[in-house]
Amino acid sequence: MSEITKQSLSELIKNIKDKKLSSTEVTKAFVERSEKSKKLNAYVTEDFSAAIDKAKKFDQNPNLDLKLPGIPMAVKDLFCTKNVKTTAGSKILNNFIPTYESTVTQNIWNEGAILLGKLNCDEFAMGSSNETSFFGCVQNPIDKDLVPGGSSGGSSSAVAAQLTPITIGTDTGGSIRQPASFTGIVGLKPTYGSCSRYGIVAFASSLDQAGPMAQNVRDCALLHEVISSYDEKDSTSIDFKRNNYVKELTNNIKGKKIGIPKEYRVDAMPKEIEDLWKKGIDYVKDCGAEIIDISLPHTNYALPTYYIVAPAEASSNLARYDGVKYGFRADGENLIDMYEKTRSEGFGAEVQRRIMIGTYVLSSGYYDAYYLKAQKVRKLIKNDFDEAYKKVDAILTPSTPSSAFKIGEKTNDPVSMYLNDIFTVPVNLAGLPGISIPAGHDAKGYPLGLQIIGKAFDEQNLLNIAYAMEEKINFKNKITDWWIK
Amino acid sequence: MIVCDIFNYHMSIDLKTIKHISKLSRISVDEKKAEKLAGDLNSIFEFIEKLNELKTDNVQPLTSVAETTLKLRDDKVKSKNLRDQIIKNSPQENEDYFVVPKVIE
Repeated sequence: MSEITKQSLSELIKNIKDKKLSSTEVTKAFVERSEKSKKLNAYVTEDFSAAIDKAKKFDQNPNLDLKLPGIPMAVKDLFCTKNVKTTAGSKILNNFIPTYESTVTQNIWNEGAILLGKLNCDEFAMGSSNETSFFGCVQNPIDKDLVPGGSSGGSSSAVAAQLTPITIGTDTGGSIRQPASFTGIVGLKPTYGSCSRYGIVAFASSLDQAGPMAQNVRDCALLHEVISSYDEKDSTSIDFKRNNYVKELTNNIKGKKIGIPKEYRVDAMPKEIEDLWKKGIDYVKDCGAEIIDISLPHTNYALPTYYIVAPAEASSNLARYDGVKYGFRADGENLIDMYEKTRSEGFGAEVQRRIMIGTYVLSSGYYDAYYLKAQKVRKLIKNDFDEAYKKVDAILTPSTPSSAFKIGEKTNDPVSMYLNDIFTVPVNLAGLPGISIPAGHDAKGYPLGLQIIGKAFDEQNLLNIAYAMEEKINFKNKITDWWIK
Repeated sequence: MIVCDIFNYHMSIDLKTIKHISKLSRISVDEKKAEKLAGDLNSIFEFIEKLNELKTDNVQPLTSVAETTLKLRDDKVKSKNLRDQIIKNSPQENEDYFVVPKVIE
């Protein structure tokens, strides 16, 4: 048996079910490695001793029929966890201890998993590099100078560095897929409405979705099966028949039609990304799938649309942080002064910037010119996909226009930071599922990802294509444990 | 055409506008921060302006990607008294109430 923390989720489950490993042994191994990995700054809150206690309790009377029997797992700090501090990477929630549990994490604990701790993320999930977190940036285990991506940067770093066997992130414009791509792991953004948003700190409600981040496609399918559920506590949760994603997982994708959108060949895209995409096309062809050239003509309008819709929804969602009911409060001379100081001191620069954009585009006189316009363009973007899916079963693109960039490289230029999400944002606007799988390395040895975009509710097909490609790609992450002395 | 005019008019977000938005957002902003925000917002709106290239007069706005009608549920109380839980995280409370700075003189 290989070292515990090197095992995939599926291997760990098998070893626990075969009684070759106990939950306590597994949990202790991940706690020890996490303790040695503080330099990465992946955790905001550690819950290690409680985790070991829960593991011991599990081992006393193990229910091995569960899907995640005694598996330790750290989760993004955007999910409310009952009695465990939940900060959303913000000063304004630095003292917030939820009295309730998010549906997605509840689903995970119901299947026997154990909370290890809460993982760092961009403040309110607004960022593409984890640098907007109040708790500092996270290091990418690939190289100490690199960002781990964002907003689920603590999550991607923790999975790649094997501090947790698997995790969940959230994705509003690419926050699962981009960090997965930057750290050489698999990340799935499910169809809007498949995972409940109840108990997730809200950013942009019409775009937010939770999803799994894993070392491989099978693990990803398993966690998706656990978290995807209809929930009446989320009014946009959709009641549809969920698959047994793992049981139905197959590498047989013969005859599937895969679309290649010409608009994703963006200006100044590095040659290595172009080459990776070509290689990806060859892989799916090798699997017996058919390649079809398609057009998504409004692709270039996705980012400007997103930067109206997302900040507008954020400005509305974040109005609740007023220093009264929970969270940080600054003293003020009167009520208004207290509100203004609380929000000015409690929110970081990027969050304030987005609240301001959102307030402006929703303000009287500008609503039609900006917000309504963006909603109309959003419709055109969705129509593009609807049209494409008359001809193809899925779409293959790069996940990001570059590999991971350096810490500090883009912090002074918000627009260049936003451009990072050019391939992922259209998927959220259209509410579709998308998966990023590690597919190669650039000249510097940094991982690069390919994205597969599916039809709504067609996660099974998406996972199958990813599974078949994964086998062909045979990706190996280059991680040296440089942060452990 | 009107849409274009509004965009052109607002291509430059000045300090007065920043102060106005900061008031609406309930985020206090000093001069230095206002200048930085004006610069950032102008570059972001320059980028957003690209949407103006598209004619959208006859396009229905997309308000939700979930193409379902909202479900109705029975109007029944499901949770018990949550008072203690609700008040637990407040920065300042007095028994059953949230406490805020004095509002009435």
